[in-house]
Amino acid sequence: MLHTFVALVEDKPGVLTRVASLFRRLNINIVSLTVGESERPDTSRMTIVCDAHEHAAHRIRASLYKLETTVHVDEVDRSAAVVRELCLIKIAVGPDTPNGPHSRSQIFELANVFRARVVDLAPESIMLEMTGSSSKIEGLVQVITESGYTILEVSRTGRMAMRRGHHTSRVLSALGSKPSTDGNGADYSSKLDLDEILPNQFENVHEEEI
Amino acid sequence: MSRPQCEPGTGTTVLTGAEIVWATLEGEGVREVFGYPGGAILPIYDALRKFPIRHILVRHEQGAAHMADGYARASGRVGVCMATSGPGATNLVTGIATAMLDSVPIVCITGQVSSKVLGSDAFQEVDITGITLPITKHNFLVTRAEDIAPAIRLAFQIATSGRPGPVLIDITKDAQQATASFEFAAATPAAARPHPMLRAESSSIREAVALIQSAKRPVILAGHGITQSGAEQQVIAFAESQQIPVASTLLGLGSFPAAHPLHLGMMGMHGESWVNHAIQEADLLLAFGMRFDDRVTGNLTQYAQNAKKIHVEIDPSEINKNVRVDVALIGDLRGVLETLQPLLPKRTDSGWLRKINASKGTAAVRDIINLPDNGHLYAAHVIHDIWREAQAAGREQDTIIVTDVGQHQMWEAQYFKHEVPRSLVTSGGLGTMGFALPAAIGAKTACPQKDVWVIAGDGGFQMTAAELSTIVQEKLAINIAIINNGFLGMVRQWQETFYEKNYSASPILSPDFVKLAEAHGIEGTHINKRKDVTPTVTKARTSGKPFLMNFQVEKEDGVYPMIAPGAALHEMVHRPERDPLLETAEDE
Repeated sequence: MLHTFVALVEDKPGVLTRVASLFRRLNINIVSLTVGESERPDTSRMTIVCDAHEHAAHRIRASLYKLETTVHVDEVDRSAAVVRELCLIKIAVGPDTPNGPHSRSQIFELANVFRARVVDLAPESIMLEMTGSSSKIEGLVQVITESGYTILEVSRTGRMAMRRGHHTSRVLSALGSKPSTDGNGADYSSKLDLDEILPNQFENVHEEEI
Repeated sequence: MSRPQCEPGTGTTVLTGAEIVWATLEGEGVREVFGYPGGAILPIYDALRKFPIRHILVRHEQGAAHMADGYARASGRVGVCMATSGPGATNLVTGIATAMLDSVPIVCITGQVSSKVLGSDAFQEVDITGITLPITKHNFLVTRAEDIAPAIRLAFQIATSGRPGPVLIDITKDAQQATASFEFAAATPAAARPHPMLRAESSSIREAVALIQSAKRPVILAGHGITQSGAEQQVIAFAESQQIPVASTLLGLGSFPAAHPLHLGMMGMHGESWVNHAIQEADLLLAFGMRFDDRVTGNLTQYAQNAKKIHVEIDPSEINKNVRVDVALIGDLRGVLETLQPLLPKRTDSGWLRKINASKGTAAVRDIINLPDNGHLYAAHVIHDIWREAQAAGREQDTIIVTDVGQHQMWEAQYFKHEVPRSLVTSGGLGTMGFALPAAIGAKTACPQKDVWVIAGDGGFQMTAAELSTIVQEKLAINIAIINNGFLGMVRQWQETFYEKNYSASPILSPDFVKLAEAHGIEGTHINKRKDVTPTVTKARTSGKPFLMNFQVEKEDGVYPMIAPGAALHEMVHRPERDPLLETAEDE
């Protein structure tokens, strides 16, 4: 089954390798991985989607935490999170395509229905940009193909996920919203109440989720 | 010779990167470093003379990593090793992996080509941070002098915190040569990351208490984590108050006294039969700082099927990895036991222990050490006599046995009774042949007042025998017992059992080890009679110098009991019945 992890990691050279190498070591295929800046300085947010055994989630999450460059890891499921993907699609559209001179307007119609935008128009091609769930993107690709058009290029970012609602883990609140930027990172001990008992999180042992 | 200021708190000084390396190590309390110089680390070696740190020159960088490892296992302090770029760094790899698999805190410092030529395949350039990524707890590439002190200090914190492990710091030559202001205190790392999975939750503590109270046949599985956590006394107190028998893993030996009435012995592939049967019959297993390695569980589907399992472990990724547990208490073992203990009323029922002891049957009688001298010398005799020597001399608390990997390692685990923690240094997880001699150098360097014994096979000893020279150069009185059977014994035993005695590449020719020792200026002797073992062992122990013993033992002896790979714990092969008369007759 697909598991989606959202990880907050240090923005340093080699961090992506460490994360990728972890999945390679566990012999788990990464379906998609997106990285970008987060709301915190010197910290990137990654969304990792991987195909693994149903019980593998705990171990993956615990292993991600073992990386010294990991600040926080959250596993999200579709119901609790907004999951989006950005896609660019280039379609061969010109006088010679199935609907001849009407081809362009047909693609415009399809784009409208799927809330895609036309971002480039050339004599022989149209480029669409679309954001949405993976299934919606696959739907657009399918309908274009089935309408007889040739797709020249598809480029997808892979999934990004964000938990719905006001959600802050105890670790992130302990870190504060603006970590110090003196290079030494936040002083965790002063903000995290060490006597507080934090819940263990792993399947079939503790179901509680922060 | 002027010494740069490097005491903590003495303010800021401008030093070269190379000096900062030593100053930071000194500040971390490092007194010994194992290493080998080379082009890309020459600035660091040039600065060594200004600092009160002893450098032990090794003969191969793999030895340096094993020495740092042995140093850490014997003393509990961080072991430090050093190597140059390229081949120096790659030679460390086996040693780093050995430390990783057994969670040993070591810090490895490697030189690297200048940052200007990084990635250009410069002379002796290798991407060592890339190579060691999966076998270190963490690693750093440092390209600026000002980053050296924070990186080293963070490396020490990472190596020792949580589940310990090796950390590598790769420092470019230009960073070593550049200058930066240095203040030890200013390089203090931030507090360790909070780990949301750490800390045993109160509800799981309650569940654990309920399971322990209702258990009729509980067994404690004692692992390496007990010593890592410093929880030996807590485990003894816990086992005694609950009357729970204790089985040890290989690396757990010594963390619970062997002579304690509750101690059953070693579990697993070559564990004693009553230990493995007790685990299979148990209704509750308490895993303390152990990770259910395949060598202790046997076939997982048939492992302790009737037992509930409580796993006390500091590394959350170990939970449910091999064996699904009922309650997981994530955290430092010592803290968890201190929380648990007051919640459990004392128990006095020792029926379960009596039942286990009664099940020993003839297993102990069949043991080779209980048979009369039949003219054959068995490895078990040698190891048993080394143990008796330590006992007779009252040095049980002050003896460290460092083993290599193979049959002799298992015999050591069976016949040397370890009463105190850190008295056995052995490569458990990775099973690295060639580990013993260099690791013993590390152990003796860390604990010069202790008797340090190398017990190695004729195969493994030849892998790192070059370090004999290091022993002499560093004047280390290490006793070396080579268990010589002319075979790669464990390989031969498996070939005998599973490959129809096809001894493919397992017979091994050795040099005359005594002459080899002589060539190094080390005294040595051959022994092939049982009666000569004890006097020689005494002589070696009291010589005050390195001493090598070549024990010519029975060629085709096997380690028993044994569980075949894939078999369940209770399906073990017992010790064969030996007929002393028959064997003697054959001999004549």
